[in-house]
Amino acid sequence: MASIDIESVRKSYGPFPVLHGVDLTIKDGEFIVLVGPSGCGKSTLLRMIAGLEEVTSGEIRISGNRVNDLAPKDRDIAMVFQSYALYPHMSVADNMSYSLRLRKTAKEKIASAVGAAATKLGLDPLLERRPKALSGGQRQRVAMGRAIVRQPKAFLFDEPLSNLDARLREQMRAEIKKLHADLKATSIYVTHDQIEAMTLADRIVAMHGGIVQQVGSPLELYDTPANLFVAGFIGSPGMNFLEGRYVVSAEGDGKGASEGAGIRLSDGTVVPVARRTDIQPDAAVTLGIRPEHVVISDTGMLEASVDLVEPTGFGIILHLSLHGLPFKIFTLDRDALSAGPKVRVDFPRKYLHVFDEKGDRAD
Amino acid sequence: MRPGKLLLTGAHRGAILVYVVFALFPLFWLLKVSVTPNDLLYSEGVRMWPSRTTFEHFDFVIAHSAFPTFFKNSLIVSGATAIVVTILASLSGYALSRFSFKAKYWIVALMLITQMFPLVMLVAPIFRMLSPLGLTNSLTGLVIVYSAFNVPFATFLMQSFFDGIPKDLEEAAMIDGATQFVAFRQIILPLTLPGIAATLGFVFTAAWSELLFALMLISGNDAATFPVGLLTFVSKFSVDFGQMMAAGVLALIPACLFFLLIQRYLVQGLTAGAVKG
Repeated sequence: MASIDIESVRKSYGPFPVLHGVDLTIKDGEFIVLVGPSGCGKSTLLRMIAGLEEVTSGEIRISGNRVNDLAPKDRDIAMVFQSYALYPHMSVADNMSYSLRLRKTAKEKIASAVGAAATKLGLDPLLERRPKALSGGQRQRVAMGRAIVRQPKAFLFDEPLSNLDARLREQMRAEIKKLHADLKATSIYVTHDQIEAMTLADRIVAMHGGIVQQVGSPLELYDTPANLFVAGFIGSPGMNFLEGRYVVSAEGDGKGASEGAGIRLSDGTVVPVARRTDIQPDAAVTLGIRPEHVVISDTGMLEASVDLVEPTGFGIILHLSLHGLPFKIFTLDRDALSAGPKVRVDFPRKYLHVFDEKGDRAD
Repeated sequence: MRPGKLLLTGAHRGAILVYVVFALFPLFWLLKVSVTPNDLLYSEGVRMWPSRTTFEHFDFVIAHSAFPTFFKNSLIVSGATAIVVTILASLSGYALSRFSFKAKYWIVALMLITQMFPLVMLVAPIFRMLSPLGLTNSLTGLVIVYSAFNVPFATFLMQSFFDGIPKDLEEAAMIDGATQFVAFRQIILPLTLPGIAATLGFVFTAAWSELLFALMLISGNDAATFPVGLLTFVSKFSVDFGQMMAAGVLALIPACLFFLLIQRYLVQGLTAGAVKG
């Protein structure tokens, strides 16, 4: 097990920069999830840690040792690929033991390591099969098994569950979490699925356009997103955004210094918010609120028309237009199924997020 | 709908049958002439099968001509060429498929250019090059020339097979602790067996039936290959068809055996290389 330090790491393909200076310190035993849309550089970063891509500049250290110029085989890491990358001409047992055989481990040791890993993953009856005779879930398990037979310094996962169906994905997600609790191995997990990120991570690294947007625990990212990108990316259905201007009313309502600020929307409605110290009055801002935090109430201050009602079983998603812009509500209230052509909504103040002109969070 | 479909299927099968008959008929004729006694060759008119058959031509070719030597030479040249080319093409095809290097574009272009010239043009220069090296009239010289001509195409063939194997596999092997070369040998090569078989087969048959260079570079019977040997049946005044055809039938045997041996991989390979990503 080991810590991993990433220091101002950059990557360009020819003249095209892909990663613009990433800094990240991963503690021993930590489960880190790199999350972001396709092309954000998360897989590239993972592959650089694995040694499959060269580092253009900056430094990567595993257990304090610089590994920039080490071949993958000398970094002592294990990786689970999206395609599983099982060796088609080898049995499951041979697939799992390949790394140990390359290291000329004693036969008895290999047998016990493979046996232990197989038992842990429920692969015992499949050891003699070839990968093509396995189901998707079983292949995924073998790929995991191949990673855990030797005790590497770190586990790297490159979207390992994205080829599985939803049910299996849920199951494997839980198994990966259990496995991590069991092995306490430093793990870096790349995914574009934010549910996987939220459920698995000790810390999430949200990336966009080759830049780290925010690093924090899953709930930190959910509760206090650092910018518009993170706010929109984490959470499903995604956060609603409304453009407006930050206003401070001179008189206030006498309840304290934090009162008396608001966001004036395009129709003139002022949504009261807690006073922000880092924005100027009359600055253009974006107001954000998660669909699950919007309250439907007859006395609500804003009126929206209902475009679409989507029952998900667990709850209901209402697609609305507010000032002509799409707006979503998630509610557990079954009454919303019969919502009229118009509903009135309220924005509870504590759930409001304000972002400045550059898209950064304003507090 | 049924009769229409039946008709179509019938026409389809019929067309294939006609094509197969057309392709195989010369082989049949080869066999027919090889077992026709000399006195019946011209006296019976055109017949599908002679009224009397004989193996005397085969007997003569095997026991009283230089053909066993020609066969041996052909086997050595074709086998060696096939092996040399396949090894070279595996390595170069892998490099073209996996690495990006500076002159890649120009190397590919150069290899394509070598395929553009009619071989006849190259006979004289090659003779001129090989002769001071003592490589004319030698099997080694032939192997070198055949290998040089077959490597470019075989490289492209092998490259397409390597392209069909996901890169993840080597990467997984490298993370498991293999060097790139070990990953190539232990993971990628076994998966390319169909491609290797296809390349072996292609090069073997090309070398087996090559006449031009064999004729130009080899003089005398000691180092002649079988296509050159066939010409010994053509004399100033007559062609000994019976013996020539018997030798031809015998020449088919190694090629047939070879394909029988590799066909399992070949069929797999042709589809795997073409479709599978």
